[in-house]
Amino acid sequence: MSAVILKGHAGIGPAASGIALVADDNFSARYDLDRIKGVFSRPAHKLCGENYVGKMLVLNIAKGGVATAWMLHEMASRKMAPAALLLNYANPIIAQGAAFAAFPLIDRFESDITQAIQTGDHVHVDPASGQVTIEKAAG
Amino acid sequence: MRLTDAEQAILAGEQGEARRRALAQQIEIGDFFDAEDFVEVAQAHIMADTESLGEAGVAFMEELAALPPDQTRVVIPTITDPRGADFNAYERISHDEAYVALERRADTAFRALGILMTDTCINYQTMMPPVLGEHLAMGDTGVVIYSNSVQGARTNYEGGPSALAAAMTGRTPRYGFHLDQHRRGTARFVLEHRPCNWTEWGALGGMIGRQMGSYFQVPVIDGVTGPAPTSDDLKHFGAALASFGSTALFHMIGVTPEAPDLKTVFDGMPPEPVVFGTGDFESFLGEYGGDDDALDVVVFAAPQLSLLEMQKCADLLRGQQIDPDVAVLIATNPENKNASDRMGLTAAMEDAGAVVLEGVCFYQMHARELGEANGWTQLMTNSAKLTNIIGGYGYKPVLADMERCIASAVAGRVVK
Repeated sequence: MSAVILKGHAGIGPAASGIALVADDNFSARYDLDRIKGVFSRPAHKLCGENYVGKMLVLNIAKGGVATAWMLHEMASRKMAPAALLLNYANPIIAQGAAFAAFPLIDRFESDITQAIQTGDHVHVDPASGQVTIEKAAG
Repeated sequence: MRLTDAEQAILAGEQGEARRRALAQQIEIGDFFDAEDFVEVAQAHIMADTESLGEAGVAFMEELAALPPDQTRVVIPTITDPRGADFNAYERISHDEAYVALERRADTAFRALGILMTDTCINYQTMMPPVLGEHLAMGDTGVVIYSNSVQGARTNYEGGPSALAAAMTGRTPRYGFHLDQHRRGTARFVLEHRPCNWTEWGALGGMIGRQMGSYFQVPVIDGVTGPAPTSDDLKHFGAALASFGSTALFHMIGVTPEAPDLKTVFDGMPPEPVVFGTGDFESFLGEYGGDDDALDVVVFAAPQLSLLEMQKCADLLRGQQIDPDVAVLIATNPENKNASDRMGLTAAMEDAGAVVLEGVCFYQMHARELGEANGWTQLMTNSAKLTNIIGGYGYKPVLADMERCIASAVAGRVVK
Protein backbone atom coordinates (compact mmCIF):
# COMPACT_ATOMS: atom_id res chain seq x y z
CA MET A 1 0.00 0.00 0.00
CA SER A 2 1.58 3.31 -1.05
CA ALA A 3 1.44 6.35 1.17
CA VAL A 4 0.95 9.91 -0.05
CA ILE A 5 2.28 12.80 2.02
CA LEU A 6 0.67 16.24 1.95
CA LYS A 7 1.89 19.40 3.64
CA GLY A 8 -0.21 22.10 5.24
CA HIS A 9 0.49 25.00 7.61
CA ALA A 10 1.69 23.95 11.05
CA GLY A 11 -1.45 23.10 13.01
CA ILE A 12 -2.69 22.68 16.56
CA GLY A 13 -3.10 19.67 18.86
CA PRO A 14 -1.54 16.21 19.11
CA ALA A 15 -0.85 13.70 16.32
CA ALA A 16 -3.75 11.41 15.42
CA SER A 17 -4.65 8.57 13.05
CA GLY A 18 -7.91 7.18 11.73
CA ILE A 19 -10.30 6.66 8.86
CA ALA A 20 -11.28 9.70 6.79
CA LEU A 21 -14.77 11.11 6.26
CA VAL A 22 -14.59 13.60 3.38
CA ALA A 23 -16.85 16.04 1.57
CA ASP A 24 -16.48 19.13 -0.58
CA ASP A 25 -18.59 21.08 1.91
CA ASN A 26 -17.99 23.33 4.90
CA PHE A 27 -18.03 22.99 8.69
CA SER A 28 -19.70 24.49 11.74
CA ALA A 29 -20.41 22.40 14.86
CA ARG A 30 -23.54 24.38 15.71
CA TYR A 31 -25.04 24.60 12.24
CA ASP A 32 -24.21 21.16 10.86
CA LEU A 33 -24.20 18.60 13.67
CA ASP A 34 -26.54 16.73 15.96
CA ARG A 35 -23.90 16.61 18.69
CA ILE A 36 -25.91 14.26 20.89
CA LYS A 37 -26.25 11.56 18.23
CA GLY A 38 -22.87 12.28 16.61
CA VAL A 39 -24.22 12.74 13.09
CA PHE A 40 -24.38 15.55 10.55
CA SER A 41 -27.92 16.93 10.76
CA ARG A 42 -28.09 19.97 8.47
CA PRO A 43 -30.31 18.80 5.60
CA ALA A 44 -28.31 20.66 2.94
CA HIS A 45 -24.92 19.28 4.11
CA LYS A 46 -23.29 16.68 1.85
CA LEU A 47 -22.60 14.48 4.90
CA CYS A 48 -26.15 14.74 6.34
CA GLY A 49 -26.90 11.53 8.24
CA GLU A 50 -23.21 10.46 8.42
CA ASN A 51 -21.67 9.58 11.79
CA TYR A 52 -18.52 11.65 12.40
CA VAL A 53 -17.44 10.32 15.82
CA GLY A 54 -13.79 9.20 15.79
CA LYS A 55 -13.40 10.08 12.10
CA MET A 56 -10.66 12.15 10.49
CA LEU A 57 -13.02 14.82 9.19
CA VAL A 58 -11.92 16.45 5.91
CA LEU A 59 -13.89 19.47 4.69
CA ASN A 60 -13.43 22.69 2.76
CA ILE A 61 -13.69 25.79 5.00
CA ALA A 62 -14.93 26.78 8.45
CA LYS A 63 -18.31 28.49 8.25
CA GLY A 64 -20.84 29.83 10.69
CA GLY A 65 -20.52 31.22 14.18
CA VAL A 66 -18.37 31.18 17.27
CA ALA A 67 -19.91 28.24 19.14
CA THR A 68 -17.56 25.61 17.74
CA ALA A 69 -14.82 26.97 20.03
CA TRP A 70 -16.66 25.67 23.13
CA MET A 71 -18.28 22.74 21.34
CA LEU A 72 -15.12 20.84 20.33
CA HIS A 73 -14.21 20.65 24.03
CA GLU A 74 -17.74 19.63 24.97
CA MET A 75 -17.92 16.90 22.31
CA ALA A 76 -14.47 15.58 23.26
CA SER A 77 -15.51 15.38 26.94
CA ARG A 78 -18.29 12.94 25.96
CA LYS A 79 -16.05 11.06 23.50
CA MET A 80 -18.39 12.20 20.71
CA ALA A 81 -15.89 14.30 18.72
CA PRO A 82 -14.21 13.63 15.39
CA ALA A 83 -10.59 12.43 15.77
CA ALA A 84 -9.14 15.35 13.81
CA LEU A 85 -10.17 18.13 11.47
CA LEU A 86 -8.46 18.84 8.14
CA LEU A 87 -9.71 21.91 6.28
CA ASN A 88 -8.60 23.88 3.27
CA TYR A 89 -9.16 27.02 5.35
CA ALA A 90 -9.88 27.17 9.07
CA ASN A 91 -11.15 30.32 10.77
CA PRO A 92 -10.13 31.65 14.19
CA ILE A 93 -13.00 29.82 15.91
CA ILE A 94 -11.84 26.38 14.81
CA ALA A 95 -8.26 27.23 15.79
CA GLN A 96 -9.36 28.55 19.19
CA GLY A 97 -11.52 25.47 19.79
CA ALA A 98 -8.65 23.19 18.83
CA ALA A 99 -6.24 25.00 21.17
CA PHE A 100 -8.73 24.84 24.07
CA ALA A 101 -9.59 21.16 23.55
CA ALA A 102 -6.08 19.96 22.47
CA PHE A 103 -7.75 18.79 19.27
CA PRO A 104 -5.78 17.98 16.07
CA LEU A 105 -6.27 20.57 13.32
CA ILE A 106 -4.35 21.35 10.11
CA ASP A 107 -5.30 23.68 7.22
CA ARG A 108 -3.81 25.58 4.24
CA PHE A 109 -2.59 22.56 2.24
CA GLU A 110 -0.60 22.70 -0.98
CA SER A 111 -3.62 21.29 -2.84
CA ASP A 112 -7.37 20.88 -2.24
CA ILE A 113 -7.50 18.50 0.73
CA THR A 114 -11.07 17.41 -0.03
CA GLN A 115 -9.83 16.04 -3.38
CA ALA A 116 -6.58 14.55 -2.08
CA ILE A 117 -8.28 12.37 0.54
CA GLN A 118 -11.29 10.10 0.00
CA THR A 119 -13.72 8.72 2.53
CA GLY A 120 -12.33 5.45 3.86
CA ASP A 121 -8.65 6.36 3.43
CA HIS A 122 -6.43 5.82 6.46
CA VAL A 123 -4.93 9.17 7.48
CA HIS A 124 -2.20 10.13 9.94
CA VAL A 125 -1.89 13.80 10.91
CA ASP A 126 1.04 15.50 12.62
CA PRO A 127 -0.04 19.06 13.45
CA ALA A 128 3.42 20.08 14.71
CA SER A 129 4.88 19.66 11.21
CA GLY A 130 1.62 20.27 9.32
CA GLN A 131 2.11 16.91 7.60
CA VAL A 132 -0.62 14.45 6.59
CA THR A 133 0.12 10.86 5.52
CA ILE A 134 -2.58 9.19 3.44
CA GLU A 135 -2.91 5.45 2.82
CA LYS A 136 -5.54 4.98 0.14
CA ALA A 137 -8.40 2.62 0.84
CA ALA A 138 -8.22 -0.64 -1.08
CA GLY A 139 -10.15 -0.65 -4.34
CA MET B 1 5.62 35.31 18.69
CA ARG B 2 7.52 38.24 20.13
CA LEU B 3 6.58 38.66 23.80
CA THR B 4 6.88 41.77 25.97
CA ASP B 5 8.30 41.59 29.49
CA ALA B 6 4.75 41.62 30.87
CA GLU B 7 3.79 38.68 28.64
CA GLN B 8 6.96 36.77 29.57
CA ALA B 9 6.00 37.24 33.22
CA ILE B 10 2.50 35.84 32.65
CA LEU B 11 3.99 32.90 30.75
CA ALA B 12 6.39 32.28 33.63
CA GLY B 13 3.38 31.84 35.89
CA GLU B 14 3.93 35.00 37.92
CA GLN B 15 0.18 35.74 37.79
CA GLY B 16 -0.92 32.19 38.45
CA GLU B 17 -1.51 29.03 36.48
CA ALA B 18 -4.86 30.09 34.98
CA ARG B 19 -3.44 33.22 33.34
CA ARG B 20 -0.34 31.28 32.22
CA ARG B 21 -2.57 28.69 30.55
CA ALA B 22 -4.67 31.43 28.91
CA LEU B 23 -1.60 33.11 27.40
CA ALA B 24 -0.09 29.79 26.27
CA GLN B 25 -3.34 28.98 24.48
CA GLN B 26 -3.31 32.42 22.83
CA ILE B 27 0.27 31.83 21.63
CA GLU B 28 -0.84 28.57 19.97
CA ILE B 29 -3.54 30.49 18.10
CA GLY B 30 -1.13 33.32 17.27
CA ASP B 31 1.38 30.83 15.83
CA PHE B 32 -1.38 29.17 13.79
CA PHE B 33 -2.14 32.53 12.12
CA ASP B 34 1.50 33.71 11.98
CA ALA B 35 0.92 36.58 14.44
CA GLU B 36 4.12 38.44 15.27
CA ASP B 37 3.01 39.80 18.62
CA PHE B 38 0.02 40.59 20.85
CA VAL B 39 -2.22 43.65 20.80
CA GLU B 40 -3.84 45.01 23.95
CA VAL B 41 -7.64 45.02 23.77
CA ALA B 42 -10.08 47.40 25.45
CA GLN B 43 -12.98 45.01 25.95
CA ALA B 44 -13.95 41.35 25.65
CA HIS B 45 -17.32 39.77 24.84
CA ILE B 46 -17.85 36.08 25.68
CA MET B 47 -20.22 33.45 24.32
CA ALA B 48 -21.61 32.04 27.56
CA ASP B 49 -24.65 29.91 26.69
CA THR B 50 -24.64 26.41 28.12
CA GLU B 51 -25.70 24.80 24.87
CA SER B 52 -22.22 25.52 23.56
CA LEU B 53 -20.39 25.25 26.93
CA GLY B 54 -22.05 21.96 27.87
CA GLU B 55 -21.42 20.30 31.22
CA ALA B 56 -17.67 20.20 30.43
CA GLY B 57 -17.49 23.95 29.77
CA VAL B 58 -19.49 24.80 32.90
CA ALA B 59 -17.22 22.55 34.98
CA PHE B 60 -14.20 24.34 33.47
CA MET B 61 -15.68 27.73 34.44
CA GLU B 62 -16.45 26.48 37.97
CA GLU B 63 -12.84 25.33 38.41
CA LEU B 64 -11.68 28.82 37.43
CA ALA B 65 -14.23 30.45 39.73
CA ALA B 66 -12.93 28.41 42.67
CA LEU B 67 -9.40 29.86 42.33
CA PRO B 68 -8.32 33.01 44.21
CA PRO B 69 -9.73 36.11 42.42
CA ASP B 70 -6.27 37.62 41.83
CA GLN B 71 -5.53 34.64 39.58
CA THR B 72 -8.72 34.72 37.53
CA ARG B 73 -10.52 38.05 37.69
CA VAL B 74 -10.79 39.65 34.25
CA VAL B 75 -8.44 42.59 33.66
CA ILE B 76 -10.56 44.42 31.05
CA PRO B 77 -14.32 45.14 30.87
CA THR B 78 -15.90 41.84 29.81
CA ILE B 79 -19.51 41.26 28.77
CA THR B 80 -21.58 38.24 27.72
CA ASP B 81 -23.42 37.08 24.60
CA PRO B 82 -27.06 35.83 24.87
CA ARG B 83 -27.53 32.95 27.29
CA GLY B 84 -29.29 29.62 27.07
CA ALA B 85 -32.27 30.23 29.36
CA ASP B 86 -34.50 33.10 30.46
CA PHE B 87 -34.76 32.60 34.23
CA ASN B 88 -38.02 34.58 34.33
CA ALA B 89 -39.83 32.95 31.42
CA TYR B 90 -38.52 29.39 30.97
CA GLU B 91 -41.66 27.74 32.35
CA ARG B 92 -43.84 29.50 29.78
CA ILE B 93 -42.01 27.75 26.92
CA SER B 94 -41.55 24.32 28.61
CA HIS B 95 -37.79 24.78 28.75
CA ASP B 96 -36.22 21.74 30.45
CA GLU B 97 -35.30 22.59 34.06
CA ALA B 98 -32.06 20.60 33.77
CA TYR B 99 -30.82 23.14 31.19
CA VAL B 100 -31.99 26.02 33.36
CA ALA B 101 -30.07 24.58 36.33
CA LEU B 102 -26.91 24.27 34.22
CA GLU B 103 -27.40 27.85 33.10
CA ARG B 104 -27.60 29.02 36.73
CA ARG B 105 -24.29 27.29 37.52
CA ALA B 106 -22.66 28.99 34.52
CA ASP B 107 -24.11 32.36 35.57
CA THR B 108 -22.59 32.03 39.06
CA ALA B 109 -19.18 31.03 37.67
CA PHE B 110 -18.99 33.85 35.12
CA ARG B 111 -19.97 36.43 37.75
CA ALA B 112 -17.20 35.17 40.06
CA LEU B 113 -14.63 36.25 37.47
CA GLY B 114 -15.96 39.83 37.40
CA ILE B 115 -17.74 39.39 34.07
CA LEU B 116 -20.73 41.68 33.41
CA MET B 117 -23.74 39.52 32.50
CA THR B 118 -25.10 41.70 29.71
CA ASP B 119 -26.43 38.62 27.83
CA THR B 120 -26.59 40.42 24.51
CA CYS B 121 -25.51 40.24 20.88
CA ILE B 122 -26.51 43.87 20.29
CA ASN B 123 -24.15 45.51 22.77
CA TYR B 124 -23.30 48.01 20.00
CA GLN B 125 -26.93 49.22 20.04
CA THR B 126 -27.36 49.12 23.80
CA MET B 127 -24.22 49.19 25.95
CA MET B 128 -21.01 50.90 24.84
CA PRO B 129 -20.53 51.18 21.06
CA PRO B 130 -17.02 50.35 19.77
CA VAL B 131 -14.93 53.20 18.38
CA LEU B 132 -12.97 53.60 15.11
CA GLY B 133 -9.57 51.92 15.51
CA GLU B 134 -10.35 50.37 18.91
CA HIS B 135 -8.88 46.86 19.34
CA LEU B 136 -11.36 44.41 20.88
CA ALA B 137 -11.92 40.69 21.52
CA MET B 138 -15.57 40.17 20.57
CA GLY B 139 -17.26 36.81 20.79
CA ASP B 140 -20.28 36.82 18.49
CA THR B 141 -20.12 36.90 14.71
CA GLY B 142 -22.78 39.61 14.44
CA VAL B 143 -21.02 41.74 17.03
CA VAL B 144 -17.67 41.26 15.29
CA ILE B 145 -18.87 42.18 11.81
CA TYR B 146 -20.82 45.23 13.07
CA SER B 147 -17.91 46.44 15.23
CA ASN B 148 -15.39 46.03 12.40
CA SER B 149 -17.49 47.28 9.52
CA VAL B 150 -19.95 49.89 10.78
CA GLN B 151 -17.81 51.22 13.63
CA GLY B 152 -14.31 50.65 12.27
CA ALA B 153 -13.12 48.82 15.39
CA ARG B 154 -10.69 45.90 15.10
CA THR B 155 -11.53 42.40 16.23
CA ASN B 156 -11.41 38.80 15.06
CA TYR B 157 -14.01 36.18 15.89
CA GLU B 158 -13.14 35.29 19.48
CA GLY B 159 -14.85 32.06 20.52
CA GLY B 160 -15.74 31.58 24.20
CA PRO B 161 -12.44 30.14 25.49
CA SER B 162 -10.47 32.65 23.44
CA ALA B 163 -12.46 35.72 24.53
CA LEU B 164 -12.08 34.47 28.10
CA ALA B 165 -8.31 34.21 27.63
CA ALA B 166 -8.26 37.78 26.27
CA ALA B 167 -10.29 38.94 29.27
CA MET B 168 -7.77 37.33 31.63
CA THR B 169 -4.63 38.58 29.88
CA GLY B 170 -5.89 41.90 28.45
CA ARG B 171 -4.59 41.09 24.96
CA THR B 172 -5.06 38.94 21.89
CA PRO B 173 -2.72 37.75 19.12
CA ARG B 174 -2.33 40.44 16.44
CA TYR B 175 -3.54 38.74 13.24
CA GLY B 176 -6.49 39.02 10.86
CA PHE B 177 -8.63 42.13 11.24
CA HIS B 178 -6.30 43.82 13.74
CA LEU B 179 -3.95 44.37 10.78
CA ASP B 180 -4.34 46.97 8.01
CA GLN B 181 -3.51 44.49 5.24
CA HIS B 182 -6.48 42.24 6.06
CA ARG B 183 -8.95 45.13 5.99
CA ARG B 184 -8.66 45.69 2.22
CA GLY B 185 -11.54 44.74 -0.07
CA THR B 186 -11.25 41.39 -1.90
CA ALA B 187 -14.60 41.12 -3.74
CA ARG B 188 -17.12 43.63 -5.12
CA PHE B 189 -20.91 43.53 -5.20
CA VAL B 190 -23.19 46.11 -6.81
CA LEU B 191 -26.84 46.58 -5.84
CA GLU B 192 -29.43 47.29 -8.50
CA HIS B 193 -32.17 46.71 -5.95
CA ARG B 194 -32.02 48.37 -2.55
CA PRO B 195 -33.27 46.05 0.21
CA CYS B 196 -36.60 47.39 1.45
CA ASN B 197 -36.87 45.74 4.87
CA TRP B 198 -34.75 43.89 7.46
CA THR B 199 -35.48 40.54 5.82
CA GLU B 200 -34.15 41.73 2.48
CA TRP B 201 -31.05 43.20 4.13
CA GLY B 202 -30.54 39.77 5.69
CA ALA B 203 -31.13 38.10 2.31
CA LEU B 204 -28.42 40.30 0.79
CA GLY B 205 -26.05 39.21 3.57
CA GLY B 206 -26.92 35.59 2.85
CA MET B 207 -26.33 35.92 -0.90
CA ILE B 208 -22.93 37.56 -0.42
CA GLY B 209 -21.98 35.22 2.44
CA ARG B 210 -22.53 32.16 0.27
CA GLN B 211 -19.89 33.48 -2.14
CA MET B 212 -17.21 33.97 0.50
CA GLY B 213 -14.42 31.42 0.24
CA SER B 214 -12.58 32.09 3.49
CA TYR B 215 -12.64 34.10 6.73
CA PHE B 216 -10.12 36.53 5.26
CA GLN B 217 -12.31 37.66 2.35
CA VAL B 218 -13.70 41.21 2.63
CA PRO B 219 -16.74 41.99 0.47
CA VAL B 220 -17.29 45.56 -0.72
CA ILE B 221 -20.86 46.64 -1.45
CA ASP B 222 -21.45 49.45 -3.90
CA GLY B 223 -24.61 51.10 -5.23
CA VAL B 224 -26.42 51.79 -1.96
CA THR B 225 -28.24 54.97 -2.93
CA GLY B 226 -30.78 57.10 -1.08
CA PRO B 227 -30.84 57.54 2.68
CA ALA B 228 -28.18 55.78 4.74
CA PRO B 229 -29.19 52.31 5.92
CA THR B 230 -30.24 52.25 9.59
CA SER B 231 -28.42 50.48 12.39
CA ASP B 232 -31.05 47.70 12.28
CA ASP B 233 -30.67 47.35 8.48
CA LEU B 234 -26.90 46.89 8.83
CA LYS B 235 -27.38 44.63 11.85
CA HIS B 236 -29.50 42.17 9.83
CA PHE B 237 -27.21 42.46 6.81
CA GLY B 238 -24.04 41.89 8.83
CA ALA B 239 -25.46 39.08 10.97
CA ALA B 240 -26.57 37.13 7.89
CA LEU B 241 -23.32 37.82 6.01
CA ALA B 242 -21.32 36.60 9.01
CA SER B 243 -23.53 33.54 9.43
CA PHE B 244 -23.62 32.42 5.80
CA GLY B 245 -20.04 33.42 5.06
CA SER B 246 -18.08 33.29 8.30
CA THR B 247 -17.22 36.85 7.31
CA ALA B 248 -15.89 39.39 9.81
CA LEU B 249 -15.66 42.65 7.83
CA PHE B 250 -17.47 44.35 4.95
CA HIS B 251 -17.18 47.78 3.45
CA MET B 252 -20.18 49.65 2.05
CA ILE B 253 -19.15 52.52 -0.19
CA GLY B 254 -20.31 55.89 1.14
CA VAL B 255 -21.76 54.26 4.27
CA THR B 256 -19.07 52.60 6.43
CA PRO B 257 -16.16 54.64 7.83
CA GLU B 258 -13.26 52.97 6.02
CA ALA B 259 -14.98 53.07 2.61
CA PRO B 260 -15.52 56.61 1.26
CA ASP B 261 -14.92 55.34 -2.31
CA LEU B 262 -13.73 52.28 -4.26
CA LYS B 263 -10.12 53.38 -4.63
CA THR B 264 -9.74 53.68 -0.86
CA VAL B 265 -10.75 50.06 -0.19
CA PHE B 266 -9.10 48.21 -3.08
CA ASP B 267 -5.42 47.91 -3.95
CA GLY B 268 -5.31 48.75 -7.66
CA MET B 269 -8.25 48.19 -10.01
CA PRO B 270 -11.47 47.10 -8.27
CA PRO B 271 -12.47 43.55 -9.26
CA GLU B 272 -15.36 42.92 -11.65
CA PRO B 273 -18.55 43.15 -9.60
CA VAL B 274 -21.29 40.62 -8.95
CA VAL B 275 -24.59 42.43 -9.53
CA PHE B 276 -27.71 41.74 -7.46
CA GLY B 277 -31.13 42.71 -8.84
CA THR B 278 -34.74 42.15 -7.78
CA GLY B 279 -34.77 38.62 -9.19
CA ASP B 280 -31.85 37.54 -7.03
CA PHE B 281 -33.69 38.64 -3.88
CA GLU B 282 -36.86 36.83 -4.98
CA SER B 283 -34.90 33.71 -5.72
CA PHE B 284 -33.13 33.72 -2.32
CA LEU B 285 -36.36 34.32 -0.40
CA GLY B 286 -38.06 31.64 -2.53
CA GLU B 287 -35.64 29.04 -1.16
CA TYR B 288 -37.18 29.62 2.27
CA GLY B 289 -40.80 29.81 1.12
CA GLY B 290 -41.97 26.63 2.85
CA ASP B 291 -43.48 23.47 1.36
CA ASP B 292 -46.98 24.17 2.64
CA ASP B 293 -48.74 26.66 4.93
CA ALA B 294 -48.28 24.73 8.23
CA LEU B 295 -47.00 26.91 11.08
CA ASP B 296 -45.95 26.08 14.67
CA VAL B 297 -43.76 28.92 15.88
CA VAL B 298 -42.81 32.45 14.82
CA VAL B 299 -39.45 33.69 16.09
CA PHE B 300 -38.10 37.23 16.17
CA ALA B 301 -34.45 36.93 17.24
CA ALA B 302 -30.95 36.41 15.82
CA PRO B 303 -29.94 39.13 16.42
CA GLN B 304 -31.86 40.22 19.52
CA LEU B 305 -34.32 43.02 18.78
CA SER B 306 -33.42 46.68 19.18
CA LEU B 307 -35.87 48.93 20.97
CA LEU B 308 -37.08 50.20 17.59
CA GLU B 309 -37.73 46.66 16.37
CA MET B 310 -39.58 45.98 19.62
CA GLN B 311 -41.76 49.02 18.94
CA LYS B 312 -42.54 47.91 15.39
CA CYS B 313 -43.39 44.40 16.58
CA ALA B 314 -45.63 45.82 19.32
CA ASP B 315 -47.39 48.11 16.84
CA LEU B 316 -48.12 45.16 14.54
CA LEU B 317 -49.39 42.96 17.37
CA ARG B 318 -51.39 45.56 19.32
CA GLY B 319 -55.05 44.61 19.37
CA GLN B 320 -54.46 41.34 17.48
CA GLN B 321 -54.94 37.80 18.78
CA ILE B 322 -52.34 35.17 17.86
CA ASP B 323 -53.79 31.78 16.84
CA PRO B 324 -53.74 29.51 19.94
CA ASP B 325 -51.87 26.77 18.02
CA VAL B 326 -48.99 29.09 17.09
CA ALA B 327 -46.28 30.33 19.48
CA VAL B 328 -44.65 33.72 18.93
CA LEU B 329 -41.28 34.25 20.63
CA ILE B 330 -39.55 37.65 20.71
CA ALA B 331 -35.99 37.83 22.09
CA THR B 332 -34.19 40.95 23.22
CA ASN B 333 -31.62 41.84 25.85
CA PRO B 334 -32.42 42.74 29.49
CA GLU B 335 -31.99 46.49 28.88
CA ASN B 336 -34.43 46.59 25.97
CA LYS B 337 -36.85 44.29 27.81
CA ASN B 338 -36.84 46.69 30.73
CA ALA B 339 -37.39 49.66 28.40
CA SER B 340 -40.17 47.78 26.58
CA ASP B 341 -41.85 47.05 29.91
CA ARG B 342 -41.72 50.74 30.87
CA MET B 343 -43.00 51.90 27.49
CA GLY B 344 -45.90 49.47 27.26
CA LEU B 345 -44.43 47.51 24.34
CA THR B 346 -44.15 44.21 26.21
CA ALA B 347 -47.78 44.42 27.29
CA ALA B 348 -48.93 45.05 23.71
CA MET B 349 -47.03 41.99 22.48
CA GLU B 350 -47.98 39.67 25.33
CA ASP B 351 -51.65 40.73 25.34
CA ALA B 352 -51.73 39.44 21.76
CA GLY B 353 -50.33 36.11 22.97
CA ALA B 354 -46.59 36.49 22.28
CA VAL B 355 -43.83 35.60 24.75
CA VAL B 356 -41.11 38.23 25.20
CA LEU B 357 -37.79 36.65 26.23
CA GLU B 358 -34.81 38.50 27.67
CA GLY B 359 -31.09 37.77 27.61
CA VAL B 360 -31.42 34.80 25.25
CA CYS B 361 -31.46 34.03 21.57
CA PHE B 362 -33.59 31.25 20.11
CA TYR B 363 -30.85 29.10 18.57
CA GLN B 364 -28.67 29.35 21.70
CA MET B 365 -31.29 27.84 24.03
CA HIS B 366 -31.35 24.14 23.11
CA ALA B 367 -33.66 24.78 20.17
CA ARG B 368 -33.84 21.10 19.20
CA GLU B 369 -35.11 20.01 22.63
CA LEU B 370 -37.36 23.06 22.87
CA GLY B 371 -38.93 22.09 19.55
CA GLU B 372 -39.46 18.51 20.70
CA ALA B 373 -41.01 19.65 24.01
CA ASN B 374 -43.44 21.98 22.27
CA GLY B 375 -44.07 20.11 19.01
CA TRP B 376 -42.47 22.86 16.90
CA THR B 377 -41.14 22.07 13.43
CA GLN B 378 -42.60 24.67 11.06
CA LEU B 379 -40.85 27.91 11.97
CA MET B 380 -41.30 31.37 10.50
CA THR B 381 -38.92 34.27 11.04
CA ASN B 382 -37.82 37.56 9.53
CA SER B 383 -34.16 36.72 10.29
CA ALA B 384 -32.11 35.34 7.39
CA LYS B 385 -29.44 34.38 9.92
CA LEU B 386 -31.88 32.18 11.85
CA THR B 387 -33.04 30.39 8.70
CA ASN B 388 -29.40 29.50 7.99
CA ILE B 389 -28.85 28.00 11.44
CA ILE B 390 -32.08 26.38 12.44
CA GLY B 391 -32.43 23.68 9.74
CA GLY B 392 -29.72 21.67 11.51
CA TYR B 393 -31.86 21.70 14.66
CA GLY B 394 -34.73 19.90 12.94
CA TYR B 395 -36.87 22.92 11.96
CA LYS B 396 -38.27 23.81 8.55
CA PRO B 397 -37.82 27.58 8.33
CA VAL B 398 -39.86 30.10 6.31
CA LEU B 399 -38.32 33.55 5.78
CA ALA B 400 -40.63 36.55 5.48
CA ASP B 401 -40.81 40.14 6.68
CA MET B 402 -42.15 41.02 10.13
CA GLU B 403 -45.56 42.02 8.77
CA ARG B 404 -46.13 38.67 7.05
CA CYS B 405 -44.77 36.71 10.04
CA ILE B 406 -47.31 38.38 12.33
CA ALA B 407 -50.18 38.07 9.85
CA SER B 408 -49.35 34.35 9.66
CA ALA B 409 -49.22 33.97 13.45
CA VAL B 410 -52.69 35.51 13.67
CA ALA B 411 -54.06 33.39 10.79
CA GLY B 412 -52.52 30.19 12.21
CA ARG B 413 -50.86 29.36 8.88
CA VAL B 414 -48.19 30.77 6.60
CA VAL B 415 -49.91 33.48 4.56
CA LYS B 416 -48.49 34.53 1.20
